[in-house]
Amino acid sequence: MDAAGSRHYPDKPAKVYLFGTCLIDMFCPEAGMSAVHLLEREGIEVLFPADQTCCGQPAHSSGFPEQARAVARAQLGLFPEPWPVIVPSGSCAGTMRHHYPEMFADDPQLQAKASALAERVFELSEFLVHVARVSLADRGAPARVALHTSCAARREMGTHEHGRALLAQLGAVEVVLHEHESECCGFGGTFSLKHPAISSAMAGDKVDALKETGAETFLSADCGCMLSLNHTLQKQRDGFQGQHLATFLWQRTSGEGGQQ
Amino acid sequence: MNTQPLDFVPASEFKQRASGAVADAHLRKSFRGAMDFLINKRAAQFPDPVALESQRALAEHIRKYSLARLPELLEQLERKLTDNGVKVHWAENAEEACAIIVGIAQRHSTKLMVKGKSMVSEEVELNHAMAAAGIDALESDMGEYIVQLDGEKPSHIIMPAIHKTKQQIARLFADKVPGARYTESVDELIGIGRAVLREKFMSAEIGLSGVNFAVAETGTLCLVENEGNGRMCTTVPEVHIAITGIEKVVEKLEHVPPLFGLLTRSATGQAITTYFNMISGPRKPGEKDGPGEMHLVLVDNGRTQAYGDEQLRSTLQCIRCGACMNHCPVYTRIGGHAYGTTYPGPIGEIISPHMLGLNATHVLPTASSLCGACGEVCPVRIPIPELLVRLREEAQHDARPGHAPLRGQGAAKSRLVDAVWSGWAALYTRPAFYRAFGWLATRFRALTPPMQGGWTVSRTPMKPAARTLHELMAERTKR
Repeated sequence: MDAAGSRHYPDKPAKVYLFGTCLIDMFCPEAGMSAVHLLEREGIEVLFPADQTCCGQPAHSSGFPEQARAVARAQLGLFPEPWPVIVPSGSCAGTMRHHYPEMFADDPQLQAKASALAERVFELSEFLVHVARVSLADRGAPARVALHTSCAARREMGTHEHGRALLAQLGAVEVVLHEHESECCGFGGTFSLKHPAISSAMAGDKVDALKETGAETFLSADCGCMLSLNHTLQKQRDGFQGQHLATFLWQRTSGEGGQQ
Repeated sequence: MNTQPLDFVPASEFKQRASGAVADAHLRKSFRGAMDFLINKRAAQFPDPVALESQRALAEHIRKYSLARLPELLEQLERKLTDNGVKVHWAENAEEACAIIVGIAQRHSTKLMVKGKSMVSEEVELNHAMAAAGIDALESDMGEYIVQLDGEKPSHIIMPAIHKTKQQIARLFADKVPGARYTESVDELIGIGRAVLREKFMSAEIGLSGVNFAVAETGTLCLVENEGNGRMCTTVPEVHIAITGIEKVVEKLEHVPPLFGLLTRSATGQAITTYFNMISGPRKPGEKDGPGEMHLVLVDNGRTQAYGDEQLRSTLQCIRCGACMNHCPVYTRIGGHAYGTTYPGPIGEIISPHMLGLNATHVLPTASSLCGACGEVCPVRIPIPELLVRLREEAQHDARPGHAPLRGQGAAKSRLVDAVWSGWAALYTRPAFYRAFGWLATRFRALTPPMQGGWTVSRTPMKPAARTLHELMAERTKR
């Protein structure tokens, strides 16, 4: 586990790779674009290898390691230069950073490659705080927001701290804590399909807790959690909706309000 | 011997029970409240995260060290206990464990056995075996007494009756305990239970207990408890039978305090329990109390299967504190009974497959969002999420090359599911196809199916965006 602060962070690079993740690619590309904008504003060139697909996590956590390895392996060669690989999702970043090396444990060459890549993987908000060392100027109206910190982000990447640190830079944004803040939102990838009753109960409790804060929106650094909660709210015909943290940060600081 | 069949957990039944549980607002509220209470009590005992991590590291190390030497430690324990006058029995499975205990009871013409809290006795379904032999087995832990009185099973390994309200217990006692009047006063209810049990301790021929730590070097059985019923069971009746899993052994007495301190803090948020019993043998000539005869039943019941695999072995590090279930968002929603197994929650999901086989339990490792809360609080650092993933794999595949198949190996194999994942991998390893798929899915997003299996039970359907990130990025490069 990377508790915040235990990782050695490099100086700000001239270029980074973006690993967009399969969920963002298909379902919330605006979050990926916001990540690009946030990075470029810091004077960092963003490269997006066109052959990227998915980190392999869905198969890995479902008990299909061969398929997970095949998909993970297809990503290993896409980031040849020693630049950081930025992932705007805590759980995908966690997979690449912590599970890639063990996925290839029986193949020393691939494992070396996987470990070298894992070393360069940063969750977006972690990178913005510790490597790009951004200083955000809030240009939005006063707002109350809640932050849902995903489990993988929290327990594998320490990202809850990074999200809070970024939001704390926004002068007009008040971050409110919800009940059972560290608890899972019930998404869990294929868990939400296999155990809909339990998953729905967890998602229902999470949206209730987020709404009870009186926040105008909730934020998440994980597209999976955000989609699961937003679609739960939509089914309840509730106008309360969440946003990816990157989208929110870009909207607040770019002056482009409703941009994208 | 006619014992009831051990639990079998068909996926459909688990899902049905779980659905029923999440729809029960009362159960949801009472489990949430109870778990929050335990979470806060535990947290108050560990104010310093750095100190906690060093304690967990030590406890993990002790458990790993003990397991690495398990065969020799068990032999040493047997020698020591035998020297101390304790008869040691080995039970490969539940039936053997029950047969041994029924045999001892019959030799002593037993009418009544009083029981201290023992999850292993629940695991082997001892009460059924005793009943079949015509011997009363009475639970003396207050929570166990309550669930036994109501014909139920424990819903939590530490707090067996946590699913029951004060009012339900008041009604139960008024209905089932002779002479008891209806009262919702907790003190009075406990008084009623104690009065019944006190008399039974005196008349029982056999007292049964579990074991929290068995010390090989000295032949000492350590028993952690709060109610004093454990001390009564192990000292008053003429015969004491202790029953435990083979994994509970540690080498030295000095290995006990670090584990004991984490056990009570993690379980109930207590720095120490009211009672801590260290039992090393029956009454010796000239001594005035203690049992005249003492037995230890060491139960395998699938544990050697976990032991035989380097990764799965860590399952046996467990000291049964229950912190994983207290912190589990799934357990908190569905309660212990929904699992259908003796051990519920995350620890149950990883240990039941060894006891009952994957054919009976393969649904359990899937009942987790892999949020990691269990692994984070486990005092002996069992990597529970990793073990859940491993068991998901074993349930759906043949054994890995060079690995012995687990009991029920491949029980959840499905050609359809295999085909889905193979298709998924085929698409996600071919970037050109993947991009074409993204192009089609976004262009034809109006045709996205409105019903998307479990997802749309409580969510609106997922719908692709107008353009993929791949396309948006490609357009930028062109510009």
